[in-house]
Amino acid sequence: MAKDGAAKLSKNLLRMKFMQRGLDAELKKQLDEEEKRIISDEHWFLDLPELKAKENYIIEERSYAPCEDLVFGRMSFRGFNPEVEKLMLLMNTHKEEEDDEEEDNVSRMETDITDEEMARRYESLVESMRKKFAKKRDRSAITKNKEDVNCDAVDNRPKKAFLKPQY
Amino acid sequence: MDPVHACFKEKIGEVLLPGDVFSFRLPESGDGSVKTDKIICGPGLRRNGEEVQVCKSGILRHKPPNMYWIDSQQRRYVPAKGESVIGIVTAKSGDIFKVDVGGSEQASLSYLAFEGATKRNRPNVQVGDLVYGQFTIANKDMEPELVCIDSCGRANGMGVFGADGLLFKLSLGLVRRLLAPQSEIVKDLEKIFPFELVVGMNGRVWVKSKTVQQTLIMTNVLETCENMTSQQRQTLFKRVAEGSL
Repeated sequence: MAKDGAAKLSKNLLRMKFMQRGLDAELKKQLDEEEKRIISDEHWFLDLPELKAKENYIIEERSYAPCEDLVFGRMSFRGFNPEVEKLMLLMNTHKEEEDDEEEDNVSRMETDITDEEMARRYESLVESMRKKFAKKRDRSAITKNKEDVNCDAVDNRPKKAFLKPQY
Repeated sequence: MDPVHACFKEKIGEVLLPGDVFSFRLPESGDGSVKTDKIICGPGLRRNGEEVQVCKSGILRHKPPNMYWIDSQQRRYVPAKGESVIGIVTAKSGDIFKVDVGGSEQASLSYLAFEGATKRNRPNVQVGDLVYGQFTIANKDMEPELVCIDSCGRANGMGVFGADGLLFKLSLGLVRRLLAPQSEIVKDLEKIFPFELVVGMNGRVWVKSKTVQQTLIMTNVLETCENMTSQQRQTLFKRVAEGSL
């Protein structure tokens, strides 16, 4: 029965994933093509000439807001409601910015501190953080190395590793 | 696109009636190698196959590069997507509020469409409150939907407003003139007294000023200045500012 089994397995079983792992690529392709043929024969389709969807050059817009560039609807005058006045500035300059976007795309961000000051601050920050997390023995090493700008002094101490006792 | 724009250009600034048609035969080429610019038809214009038909009476306006619309006058509001309106909350049912915006149907406003609202943290909205919101869905087949946040989740001035003040109705044309950039009416109004104004594109306007009398004066002034020329309006405003009215 085991020897007959190979010949008598059904098609569905052979199409399952675990049966296909042993197959070659070619056999797989053949099986795929047969499947496609079966499917395309059974599919129904409309026997009409191919209609190309026409590209619409005319777009319909239902709202007046983009046509007339209407501003934001909440307004306050002469300081009656300061929050609304802030909002007015925000929303209306936001709209103007959209018009100017193309010019400003490559501009750099405005910074409060200069780049040099940032670099200096970062340098000292890195140093202090390193010292904070260094072990006690390394802390003195760091302060020694700080003065040695050219890295002339090389640290030749052996690393403290576990030495197996020799009996 | 010269034939198309030329068709429109001769009529810009003229009064058109419903039923007028702009038809232009676009050159039919085989593979669509014709690169044509798009035309945007604003309110009052409708696309009918390859033609553009006028469906409201009014004056044809143009905004470069390619926007055309009919400037018409009406009092009845029809909801359109993206417009900001003032609504009155009429009912609270489950997860949504029903809001009256002056259209044919009441709009629905979900309680999650407010800034900082979660399922546990419901917004504080009661029946009868005024809300300023935008339409996300507004077409003739479905019930319109409002939201009070923008696409980033920020309120940007939308939401419930208005303790005090007075809500009244204006025609849509005047509302658009109030909302135009560099509006003259607004500049003239500023000079009278300090006040706060919320203008909804559905014709509803809310005004608040220091005293009840000032608020009422602003209301009357806005309602009457619709059909005045700018000269008449400026004389009226001057008289009001001087306090003789």
